[in-house]
Amino acid sequence: MKKNEIPQDPSALAKITKEICYAVDETGKYGTELSNGWEVKVSALDKAWQDVEQRIAAARQRVLDKEASPILFFMELHVMDIPIVAAYTGFWIWQVKKHLKPAVFHKLSEARLQKYADLFEVSIQELKTMKAHET
Amino acid sequence: MKLDFQHTQAAHCENGVTTSLLRHHGVNQINEPLAFGIGSGLFFIYIPFMKINNGPAISFRTAPGLIFKRTCKALEIPVERKKFRSKAEAEKVLQACLNAGQPVGCQVGVYYLTYFPKEYRFHFNAHNLIVFGKEGDNYLISDPVMELATSLSSYELERVRFAKGAFAPRGQLYYPKEVRAVTSEQIKKAIRTGIKRNVRDMLHVPGNIAGISGIRYTAKRIRGWRDKLGLQKAGSYLAQLVRMQEEIGTGGGGFRFIYAAFLQQAYEYHGLDELPEISKEFTKSGDIWRSAAVQAAGIYKGRLGSQSDFNTMSDYLYQTAELEKRAFVALSKIKWPA
Repeated sequence: MKKNEIPQDPSALAKITKEICYAVDETGKYGTELSNGWEVKVSALDKAWQDVEQRIAAARQRVLDKEASPILFFMELHVMDIPIVAAYTGFWIWQVKKHLKPAVFHKLSEARLQKYADLFEVSIQELKTMKAHET
Repeated sequence: MKLDFQHTQAAHCENGVTTSLLRHHGVNQINEPLAFGIGSGLFFIYIPFMKINNGPAISFRTAPGLIFKRTCKALEIPVERKKFRSKAEAEKVLQACLNAGQPVGCQVGVYYLTYFPKEYRFHFNAHNLIVFGKEGDNYLISDPVMELATSLSSYELERVRFAKGAFAPRGQLYYPKEVRAVTSEQIKKAIRTGIKRNVRDMLHVPGNIAGISGIRYTAKRIRGWRDKLGLQKAGSYLAQLVRMQEEIGTGGGGFRFIYAAFLQQAYEYHGLDELPEISKEFTKSGDIWRSAAVQAAGIYKGRLGSQSDFNTMSDYLYQTAELEKRAFVALSKIKWPA
């Protein structure tokens, strides 16, 4: 890549910083240059978040249809997966899987619900009703 | 308390941390391409049975921590690295280091990293930064991907140091134990070691998922993605590939340019005529990776979508595999003067 080819497209990162790129000058020698961002990367990131949004919407629907507990919704909302939820709450993976079932979820003790509520930064009431805070 | 520490920006976090810490310790010759090359940072791996954020697990770099470890080892600088069970203990040791005037490298997760824009905050745990002081409740942070130094409250720092999930940092901190000047001879030797090890990693790792064969393997898989996954999901997979390749901290295509820059510097130390020539090959490879990213973007943005578009994408990867293979074979044939 030549220095004059370094893309300068607006990106989310540009709000806080520019990034360093390595590129060659006219004589073929390497140096660094700052870039605002690259449209190709911006759209890759957009695509990733669109996928996340879809997963959140699908999770919400499954909870409303009583196929899954609200934990699923919050898990997707926080871009987590089951091993990550297990690692943060201290539950085993198989326990989290069980808690994803509505019937099991409804019988969970306050103490256990509180662990999930802490992780997702909501109250137990909000956890049960899928009320998320804007972050 | 603020240590006398010079923040420098880098293209990749671990290179940056390695460079800044070593410079702080008197290794004035070091810079990002040298750290990357001596640490044999260039790599490729596609792990077929693993998923990251519901997409393919692809990496363009060596395992987290290796660049720092190898570079320090090659320059014969002893390193301290600690993990912690207890958060209190982790903060105590950090505080003790700072009191002793020692800036500290930390591995952190980015999901709770408050100064990052929300769009970048996935559960990625192999980010690196340097803590170089504390003012009130705020730790002073030198994050190599940022233009300027920043800060985190003690709670925020503890949270990212104890992020959970794959590569959980467990409070990990590291720093060079001694201040040592390094001679040009040592750098020369380290460059040679780094190149040889990188040749091994790219050409001779057994199996077909790592190194050059890993790039080919990925190229082959991409051909099948459209039929196997459907256009939507195949698009998401390609977007993930591009993020792994170009995004901050992972910069795969960018790594080819850094490696090319490294080879130019290697020439300044060794004066072998092959080095600048091979450097050009890596520049070409980096350019092809970028063309591949443009092609991938055409697909995930819905502008392209036929099987032949996927084949074109796949061909780009075959091309880079061929180019990089030639380049590494050429590196392996260099006759190093004793």
